[in-house]
Amino acid sequence: MGHRTPFYELHVAAGAKIVDFGGWDMPLHYGSQLDEHHIVRRDAGLFDVSHMTIVDVEGPDAKAYLRKLLTHDVAKLTVPGKALYSGMLNEAGGVIDDLITYYLTETFYRVVVNASTREKDLAWLAKVAEGFNVKVQHRADFAMLAVQGPKARELAMSVLTPGQAAIAASLSAFFGADAEGWFVARTGYTGEDGFEIMMPLPEVESFWHKLLAAGVRPCGLGARDTLRLEAGMNLYGNEMDETISPLEANMGWTVTWEPSDRDFIGRKALEAQKAAGIQRKLVGLVLEERGVLRGHMKVVIEGIGEGETTSGGFSPTLQQGIALARVPKDCGDRALVEIRGKLMPVKVVKANFVRFGKSVLA
Amino acid sequence: MSNIPANLKYVASHEWVRKDEDGLYTVGITDHAQELLGDIVFVQLPEAGASVEAHGEIGVVESVKAASDLYSPVSGEVVAVNEALNGNEGVINSDPYGEGWMIRVKLSDAAEFDGLLDADAYKAVCDAE
Repeated sequence: MGHRTPFYELHVAAGAKIVDFGGWDMPLHYGSQLDEHHIVRRDAGLFDVSHMTIVDVEGPDAKAYLRKLLTHDVAKLTVPGKALYSGMLNEAGGVIDDLITYYLTETFYRVVVNASTREKDLAWLAKVAEGFNVKVQHRADFAMLAVQGPKARELAMSVLTPGQAAIAASLSAFFGADAEGWFVARTGYTGEDGFEIMMPLPEVESFWHKLLAAGVRPCGLGARDTLRLEAGMNLYGNEMDETISPLEANMGWTVTWEPSDRDFIGRKALEAQKAAGIQRKLVGLVLEERGVLRGHMKVVIEGIGEGETTSGGFSPTLQQGIALARVPKDCGDRALVEIRGKLMPVKVVKANFVRFGKSVLA
Repeated sequence: MSNIPANLKYVASHEWVRKDEDGLYTVGITDHAQELLGDIVFVQLPEAGASVEAHGEIGVVESVKAASDLYSPVSGEVVAVNEALNGNEGVINSDPYGEGWMIRVKLSDAAEFDGLLDADAYKAVCDAE
């Protein structure tokens, strides 16, 4: 038996097929992964993301600590509630994890890291905190649901208290706020609008039932993966890990180089990589014929070299095989992918396929 | 519990065969197979006219989760392919023994059909997995 979130019994009661995900017993789907995918693109679905790790960083050195820890400079954050996506690197410039940081005050930030990396992340956060006047606290007293889709905000607000709903309604994209002891953020991992909602553990069951009664459908990790893939979002362990540079994983925009004296962990390694020249890039692939792309398929760019898919699948929205792939930096807009021994033509695109229910491919 | 109709024959690689009134044999994948695969999004089948051999690989079934090879349960010639599956692979999940059929085969040796697993024997294969 793996770890279980506070929603586990509710998943089982809703007919979930439970699978192991990084040591957690999580719902893969509740009947049909494809239906759940479409629900999020067209209506509203909810995901249990309580396995993700919420960490509060509080104290006089909170900002200085995060400016050391993260590639993206939290000094950019000046408006309360603003969220920032960032990498957290080791000294060699490899990605320990990707995470979201919410700026609450000058001395108080909330950080959300991945589930499968929890133990090593907490250990790293504690290690880097040595020498800083900061308290790093794992908020195991919160559970978290993501409510995503074009109708997600409206339906979620209909079951929050009037006070919470007013706060939720006021949030711009990529902002979060305390809402009567809960935390509501307009963030997600699907390419759709919606909220991620942190709630105290005793509220879990009643809130789940209220969302379902409002018409929000539970969705599993299967749909979550195809949704994030269509949105071109990285999955830790697939697109990047401790051996991969953020500069080869579409995370260059999360590295704040100025001011040049901000000595974040991994900076020297990244500067050396830049000086030597970045050799690979992460792109999107679209299979021209019908079929399915998967992770770890060989990509051949004629006259240039080879690469590999990092994630792949069948896009339910586009009805085509799509993938993310790391390829040589000079790769143009055509490539071949080896599927069961046969080289199939693919179009090379930016790592972004679907936003707000629609294809973004030309 | 998956559905295993008594009027069909089966092979352990989870394909079914039905003897039709016109003397041809229809082939598809079982309810158990579609359940294991999850939502099916792509199938690759042989073309009409192709000859197939029992236990030979004849195509692939891909779901949201995985790709799975498709094996012919019988030997003979493919006389029809279910073109309606193209773009509508979900019927293999919803109706694996009906609309989700895959190919129709003219057997080279009709006795081959009698040697296939019956519903009880196939159920035992599934239970042992």
